[in-house]
Amino acid sequence: MSVSPAPPLLEDDRERGLFRVARRAFTSDEVLTRERQAIFDDAWLYLAHESELEANGDFLARRVAGRDLLFVRGKDGQARCFFNTCPHRGALVCRERAGNGAMFRCFYHSWAFDLEGRLVNRPGDEAYGAGTRAGGLHDLVPVPRLAQYRGLWFVHFKGQGVDLPTYLGGAREYLDLVLDQGEAGMEIVGGTQEYGFEANWKLLCENSFDGYHGLPTHVSYFDYVKSKPGALVEIAIRGQAFDLGNGHAVVQYTAPWGRPIAQSVPAWGEDAVREVAATKARLVERFGPERAERMATTNRNLLIFPNLVVNDIMAVTLRTFYPTAPDRQVVNAWALAPRGESARMRELRLFNFLEFLGPGGFATPDDCEALALCQRGYGSVGGEGWNDISKGYLSDEPQVDDEAQMRAFWREWHRRVTRATP
Amino acid sequence: MNAASVGATRDELEDFLYAEAALLDAWRLDEWLALFVEGARYFIPPAGAEDDADPSTSLFYVADDYHRLCERVKRLKKRTAHAEFPRSRCRRLVSNVRVVEGDAARFTLTSNFVTWRSKLGVTDTFFGHHLYEMTRVDGALRILSKKTFLDQDDIRDQGKVSIIP
Repeated sequence: MSVSPAPPLLEDDRERGLFRVARRAFTSDEVLTRERQAIFDDAWLYLAHESELEANGDFLARRVAGRDLLFVRGKDGQARCFFNTCPHRGALVCRERAGNGAMFRCFYHSWAFDLEGRLVNRPGDEAYGAGTRAGGLHDLVPVPRLAQYRGLWFVHFKGQGVDLPTYLGGAREYLDLVLDQGEAGMEIVGGTQEYGFEANWKLLCENSFDGYHGLPTHVSYFDYVKSKPGALVEIAIRGQAFDLGNGHAVVQYTAPWGRPIAQSVPAWGEDAVREVAATKARLVERFGPERAERMATTNRNLLIFPNLVVNDIMAVTLRTFYPTAPDRQVVNAWALAPRGESARMRELRLFNFLEFLGPGGFATPDDCEALALCQRGYGSVGGEGWNDISKGYLSDEPQVDDEAQMRAFWREWHRRVTRATP
Repeated sequence: MNAASVGATRDELEDFLYAEAALLDAWRLDEWLALFVEGARYFIPPAGAEDDADPSTSLFYVADDYHRLCERVKRLKKRTAHAEFPRSRCRRLVSNVRVVEGDAARFTLTSNFVTWRSKLGVTDTFFGHHLYEMTRVDGALRILSKKTFLDQDDIRDQGKVSIIP
């Protein structure tokens, strides 16, 4: 009996300038199984920022790619990450979101673990044979790999493969443009936005750096900023898309909105305008005029494959998202800011953030709506058909409103899912 | 502390909050906005936040000054507020109305709420409490600021706060 080959998931035709993704990629359980194996279980995934785990004994319980993890700073100052499951029967060992402590106790049978994950106490310990005590059998299990890049912590669920700096590759240059903004480093500001919606996770990869949808989808956002005298400056949205390798990609562009680092708008008031000018002058001192200009007046929407978005726009947001089903995803979003920035700048930054971003912003809810409607559309033709991602294919210098950045993501995605064997 | 200690009656306070909810249910947003004094503010702190959460240090869902609140209302009435076009159907229940502190000129009022939002075959629930700073203008109750605290652990199910809960 012959087996018919699986229909293609990607059509990449350089000659015609045609690039298409099969809609099955957004609807199929089999594709999701492949993604779990070839992507989420085999890539560096963002876990947390160092500022969220400042003091010895600090811990965070966080879910990454459907796995409950426990991120801990030990008494020795070392950061460690464990699967948040008791080696005895499996219950969550830590049920708080975050805190500071000296040990974790699973409430079911009261097994207790120190910050290094070692079993240190349990009722009836004498009833366990010597042979069960060796080799850390009853200790918390660490994630296979944990590493940081300048305060951004990542995990990897496989023990082997390229290290984090190699994995980030060409994306490091763009991360640096964000991470260098704070002279004393960067920090997460006040919590996580945790939301979700009914659309395949890859739609958010695309949307997060889709310069083509900005004006049509977000016309009501632009109506709002235009309503405020001096909230915009006369700068066009103009820039380019770059493939950074390994599936990472970025769009970098100028835009008319204010950036605390470091493009002011008159609406912020004279004091703030002066402060931003000083911030920019300091960037020039630290990095020279060319790099300072790039940090201050260009925006970046960066995707670290597969699912870390760093958007350095009117504020800086970090965002991760995970599929819970082909047609459903959960999103985590944070605000990242320079440590030690003035109270006024921090206030402006957060005000800016909420203007556009997040579940109550003037833009994000409409993005979620658009993506949910895309997902719904796939059902209307039974999951058949193609999404077109050809814009700017034949251009030598793909622009911010082209789709080269998405093609970079999709090529890496395709390379991985087609080599997976569920 | 009760309604009488701020020169009001429970009926008056409840009627005000019921009328507010009815305006939102009916999408009569301009009339809803008119319940606020000029310069009023509107907040939705992050899910699970404490009453003293501060939008200048933590990441809210909504932290509107008066201009942005007016623009939020304007936006919600447009076809281009895509998440609310066609607009969702909502129903609000308000209860547990209490005066927390203050005097007749300015006082803090709280209520519990449940709001259901239905659109495209999906019904979402928001629940929590509101915290109002209230005053009187020419004898009539007016809102100086309103904070809507969501008791959900997160908003994974609702996905967005595109309405005014």
